[in-house]
Amino acid sequence: MINIIVYFTGMGLSIFWGTGFTKAEVSIHYPLVRPQQQKWSFSGPFGVYDRAQLQRGLKVYTEICATCHSLKFVAFHNLRALNYDEQEIKSFSNQFAIKDGPNEEGNIFTRPANPTDHFPAPFANDIQAAFANNGAIPSDLSLIARARAVPRPFPNCLTDILKNYTTAGADYIHALLTGYETTLSLEQKISAGKWYNPFFISGESIAMAPPLYDGRIVYDDGSPQTRDQYARDIAAFLTWTADPHMETRKKYGLRVIIFLTLYTGLIFFVKRRIWADYDKGHRS
Amino acid sequence: MHMLSPLQTFTIEGLYSLFRGDREVNWKDEDSIQDQFLSSVDGQAMSKQTRRDFLFLATGVASAVGVSGLVWPFIDQLRPDDDERAVESTITVDISSIEKGMTFTVKWRGKPVMIRNQTTEEIEESRATPLKALKDHYARNANLPADTPATSLARSAGKGRENWIILINICTHLGCIPHVCAGSYNGWFCSCHGSSYDTVGRIRSGPASRNMAIPPYQFISEKVISIR
Amino acid sequence: MIKEKGTYRPKTRCSRFLNHRLPFPRLIHDSIIKYYVPKNLNYFYTFGCILILMLTSQILTGIVMAMHYVPDVGSAFESREHFMRSGRYGWLFGPWHAVGSSFFFIAVYIHLARSLYYGSHKSPREIVWILGVFIYLTMMATAFIGHVLAWSMISAAEVSIAAGLFRAMPLVGSWLYETLLGGYSIGQPTLNRFYVVHSLLPFVLVFLIVLHIWAVHMVGQNNPTGLDVQSERETIPFVPYAAIKYVFTISIFLIFFAWFLFYMPDYMSHADHHIQADIFRTPQHVVPEWYFLPFYTMLRAITFDVGPLESTLFGVMVLTGSLLILLFVPWLDRSQVRSARFRPLYRICYWLFIVDVIFLGWLGSQSVNDVDVIWSQIGTAFYFIFFLIIMPYLPRFEKNWLPASIEEVIHQKK
Repeated sequence: MINIIVYFTGMGLSIFWGTGFTKAEVSIHYPLVRPQQQKWSFSGPFGVYDRAQLQRGLKVYTEICATCHSLKFVAFHNLRALNYDEQEIKSFSNQFAIKDGPNEEGNIFTRPANPTDHFPAPFANDIQAAFANNGAIPSDLSLIARARAVPRPFPNCLTDILKNYTTAGADYIHALLTGYETTLSLEQKISAGKWYNPFFISGESIAMAPPLYDGRIVYDDGSPQTRDQYARDIAAFLTWTADPHMETRKKYGLRVIIFLTLYTGLIFFVKRRIWADYDKGHRS
Repeated sequence: MHMLSPLQTFTIEGLYSLFRGDREVNWKDEDSIQDQFLSSVDGQAMSKQTRRDFLFLATGVASAVGVSGLVWPFIDQLRPDDDERAVESTITVDISSIEKGMTFTVKWRGKPVMIRNQTTEEIEESRATPLKALKDHYARNANLPADTPATSLARSAGKGRENWIILINICTHLGCIPHVCAGSYNGWFCSCHGSSYDTVGRIRSGPASRNMAIPPYQFISEKVISIR
Repeated sequence: MIKEKGTYRPKTRCSRFLNHRLPFPRLIHDSIIKYYVPKNLNYFYTFGCILILMLTSQILTGIVMAMHYVPDVGSAFESREHFMRSGRYGWLFGPWHAVGSSFFFIAVYIHLARSLYYGSHKSPREIVWILGVFIYLTMMATAFIGHVLAWSMISAAEVSIAAGLFRAMPLVGSWLYETLLGGYSIGQPTLNRFYVVHSLLPFVLVFLIVLHIWAVHMVGQNNPTGLDVQSERETIPFVPYAAIKYVFTISIFLIFFAWFLFYMPDYMSHADHHIQADIFRTPQHVVPEWYFLPFYTMLRAITFDVGPLESTLFGVMVLTGSLLILLFVPWLDRSQVRSARFRPLYRICYWLFIVDVIFLGWLGSQSVNDVDVIWSQIGTAFYFIFFLIIMPYLPRFEKNWLPASIEEVIHQKK
């Protein structure tokens, strides 16, 4: 019986794979090149964020990305998780201007941000953002690391469950930011105001100019000031903004799974003990 | 046959007696599980019993731990979240435009704080009130020690600034907002249940039993205060 | 002294007091504690209880989510994010509710597959099966609407597509479309009514499940041999024997659930679910949640017109038909033998059917241009062939051999 099923399924699958992918037009999938899997401090079930890396990533965001990209779901006081103290956060937040009001005269005014505020948006609205950026609206970056996971083909889509591959977003961001100079054999026409990037998820060219180059910002902790390092740090930072409670979640996960494993063992023995009477008695 | 109520079943003792074989089982017409079990084992009955009880006890305790661990987040999620707790608390107020006899309200930590500039007559009257006439003898001023008596000076902004009364405008009875310049003492009157406060915010009549609270504040200049 | 009905004898004064006035203790006793089930039930029969557990989990976490959710198009996405970032245990409840719905469907599919295999849809369990199909349809509606409430890019696209299904109907299509959406396109009215319906449907589910369990208790549980229970010697009381097996399976099921919830919460959903809805943009790949994929494939497979029926309408009919056909299964299956254990030919077709459903699901996850549509059409055709041709006509070619009783089967095993 098993033989028959295997026979039919095998025959079906071989016909399928032999002929199934023939279609008149070539179907193009973006990104043209899949991001390479990188090693991150937060990979795997026991991964944790590297606070120093997150702080560098914050610097990259503030000095490079914040000109165009908002980070609306992150409040300044959330930066406590990066091991900054209250005073540092207060002075950091004061750099940013927030529109507030109405005041006692009924007018809208600008004031320096305080820790309870969220990161302000660089543009007043989407239309202004598009106008300033050749029609492309820079995405909000709070959740970008979770919103850009490139699906992996078989067999990775199944083995990823066992290997706990959750850093697809960080890999994508790193690949995108360092991928501007890679060329492929495909000849693509790039329109004005766009840059060729095969790692981009929505097309072959992206409206964002290459934002990173060696030495662009100064790191205080002596880390290499290379484009690759900047890309890694901002990818880690954006993973944190997308998933600030990852470490807590993994910690609880470990406790729950250990508890459940021990509990399953206990129940197994209880079950055997209860059924032992049944098994023993049923001899007739 | 000895039957159990569901209530007992769900207690650990219930689990015990349940598994101890007081149940009726149909696959064997006469013997209960317990009888069968004991008849098949001889001298080892005692230790087997203890081992079995320990297993069931351990499982019962583990189940209780698991369930309570599961229930806790459901209760805790009702509590205020991070953003509520991080609310900015210090405000500064310019009081130069508040003239004698006038009041001004600001919001501080989600509560109304009223700043009142007393007239000379009101100051005289509050100074003249003996402590014995008050319901609550304590100043309830966060800037002074807790046992300070509720003199007019202790309720005000201090020497030289006795005209300034700054208090949290919430009735100490059940939390309504009293109306200013109302009531028999021309201080505050709470229309919910009729509590009357005098011009420095001390409770005089009605069901409330405490003077209105004074928040921590300081004068950072002659005409500007900061409420922390 | 009031004579007690049945075999329940209350032990304590408290239970006697309650039982005389509202026989709830007797109900619990007769339907759970002293309920007799066939003693040869295997572990696949524990998925019914797992489903009750998942329903409870979804209702409780759903209540928590509803406490923090704002059903306004501007704030819906943000309110959920805010709860997950700043709320107490928000990081736990958000993924719990989402991953929980996936695992609810995993359990339902295993439960469905088990009952198809062992013939639990056949007489006298037709009503049990029909109620089960209604439960499945209600679950799909609830899950679909719940996913929309997150108001992500995928949510907005999903609603447009689903409303489009209704618009494909002749005559009443446009009217239905506007009535369901509450407007000429998706917007605030749609979100409001979806929130209400999503909160109500779980209680409809509870009602249907109560009827489903009641119907099972009326006719008795099926067992892997498909044979009727002939004597009490073939049964054991639910508590403690079957109950402890349930606890064991639940415990293992929860390990898998915990793995996804705590370590891979995004695995079962789509990346675009983390982007706020923008009704002027459609995501590049519109993919429904995985549990809808086989039906999505069947819808996409119909690319040709059939007589007066346009391909869109015919596609909707095929989709609806594939779900409604489940209601007729008790009468489509003409075999005298219940369980596939004694039906070798049917077993082959059954496993080919399972492979077909998985294949249809996989096809649904691929983009349209990647795989020739002929494969979806073959898969869809086999789905209908299984129900409309194999089930009714295969019994003519089967030779029936059955053991005499359940006891004989158990005896042979020892």
